[in-house]
Amino acid sequence: MFLRLSPGTSSPGISMVAVRQGERRIRIVADQSMSEPNRRDFLFLATGAAGAVAVGGVAWPLISQMSPDASTIAAGAPVEVDLAPIAEGRAITLKWRGKPIFVRHRTAAEIEASKKDDASGLPDPQADAARVRAFEGKALEQWVVVYGNCTHLGCVPIGFSGDFNGWYCPCHGSHYDNAGRIRKGPAPRNLDIPEFTFLSASKIRIG
Amino acid sequence: MAEHHSTYVPKTGFERWLDARLPIVRLMHDSAVSYPVPRNLNYFWTFGGILMFMLVSQIVTGIVLVMHYTPHVDYAFQSVEHIMRDVNYGWLMRYMHANGASMFFIAVYIHIFRGMFYGSYKAPREVLWILGVVIFLLMMATAFLGYVLPWGQMSFWGATVITNLFSAIPVVGEAIVVWLWGGYSVDNPTLNRFFSLHYLLPFMIFGVVILHVWALHHVGQNNPSGVEVKNYKKDTVPFTPYATVKDLFAMVCFMIFFAWFVFYQPNFLGHADNYIPADPLKTPAHIVPEWYFLPFYGILRAIPDKLGGVVAMFASIAILAFLPWLDTSKVRSGKYRPWFQFAFWTFVIVSVLLGYTGSQPTDKVVLAIGGQTRLDMVDFAQILTAIYFAYFLVALPLLGLIEKPKALPASIADSVLGPAGSGHIAGAHAAPPKH
Repeated sequence: MFLRLSPGTSSPGISMVAVRQGERRIRIVADQSMSEPNRRDFLFLATGAAGAVAVGGVAWPLISQMSPDASTIAAGAPVEVDLAPIAEGRAITLKWRGKPIFVRHRTAAEIEASKKDDASGLPDPQADAARVRAFEGKALEQWVVVYGNCTHLGCVPIGFSGDFNGWYCPCHGSHYDNAGRIRKGPAPRNLDIPEFTFLSASKIRIG
Repeated sequence: MAEHHSTYVPKTGFERWLDARLPIVRLMHDSAVSYPVPRNLNYFWTFGGILMFMLVSQIVTGIVLVMHYTPHVDYAFQSVEHIMRDVNYGWLMRYMHANGASMFFIAVYIHIFRGMFYGSYKAPREVLWILGVVIFLLMMATAFLGYVLPWGQMSFWGATVITNLFSAIPVVGEAIVVWLWGGYSVDNPTLNRFFSLHYLLPFMIFGVVILHVWALHHVGQNNPSGVEVKNYKKDTVPFTPYATVKDLFAMVCFMIFFAWFVFYQPNFLGHADNYIPADPLKTPAHIVPEWYFLPFYGILRAIPDKLGGVVAMFASIAILAFLPWLDTSKVRSGKYRPWFQFAFWTFVIVSVLLGYTGSQPTDKVVLAIGGQTRLDMVDFAQILTAIYFAYFLVALPLLGLIEKPKALPASIADSVLGPAGSGHIAGAHAAPPKH
């Protein structure tokens, strides 16, 4: 507690005397150290601390209630997707956790084109190999699985369009290539890849 | 003007009894009857009253709509159609509410530009001005939340884009967005909380409006000459009947304009896409916000970087709060500042053009010379954004230092009657009547 100069506070005597006598600062501090915090100081501090804890305790539920609830989390459980019906050169959109997921079956020519661009100064550098997943040690390069929300502001890009024959977002003009990598426009990142694993060469589990 | 003394005299026994216990009639008399207003106010000064009318209109129609609306993703769109088709006068309430939002913004933009032209933000009205900026922000939030409720395509994708703005915040952005949504995407929890907040915010606006009016009545109104009141007898007239009648007349004219939209062009200011139910798997080909957000949306899209765009957009609004300190001129009213006038009107035109760029596809060509030199919508918006900020950060600070203003009138009475007329007021008796 710092020096109290106003009369009428809990320990006015010592401090006031010290100032009136014009003693050196160090003496005043020494005097102050002698005035022990009294019971009222303790009660003020204790009440204030208890009040802060109480306010925090009430505020947290009010904030936390806005986070995803148990039913929302349960509805977002993993799903299995059969890839067999998706022909080469085609793509499907499925909905998981309220969001679109694109599953694209690339042709050999498309994979080739994407690999060629690996070193062409991408805004979010990532090799084509890092955009695909493997099954039993063998990379299944033909399957690109990405979230269908533009990393700019969340619109759904249109497939097989844009300057790189990948996806084009109509909202603010982001162009992605066939591996879902951002090539041009305001989006900061490549299309996000959901957590997924191959259960067989033609079946995946998302989540 | 705060110094003017109360002239309220309780007439009946009940008024005397009440006045001694709760002087509410005195408060109303002093703020809306005897309150002195500058005698030279033009019609741009009626928009404060019009805005109050619009706020009440929105609250009344809104409360009625809530009686029939269902805030659930499966029923929201249908319940709006139910209001349109089944509820008695539901179509009227909804069209009044939807078009009322647009009218509210038309009035607030005129109100803001009036303040900017006549220097109403300058000392001692800085707090009054900042409270106005707070109201504007609350209005924008309310309008955005309300637009989501019909759960059409534009509602859904507008909500997605705007909530995703927060994902631009480094590190915690994504977590904040999930918290705002209450899920992994814009969904039912999002709709429910938006409905709750859309109901709350107008009452917060109402509270800040009370502070805004309090601050106004404490410092007194600015006026077209920008000269402070010097002599109450010569420079002012009592609020009632002068301002009350003028405000009411302007309000009726504004209501006719409002009614024309409601009854003849109820969907002109909206988007056809919002009559398609929300589809999380398909974004409309060309999403745009409501017209009143377009200039800010234009700024957002002008910056080819996500965080940069979001920062620029919020900065374009936040900078308004600093206006009192960015404008270095001692002369308040733009009427006496020829160079300022040029800067001001440039700013107005640039704001409108930014709105235009916000409404157009980003890759649309604005200028092509010989098929070579090109200016597309993004380039154009960048130039306009630079001018927008230059008005605040370059023009206003510098003009105050280098501009030579015209001679100011000695008083408000002089500005109306000319120096010759001062002292004896023209007309039979324009002096404030005794009350």
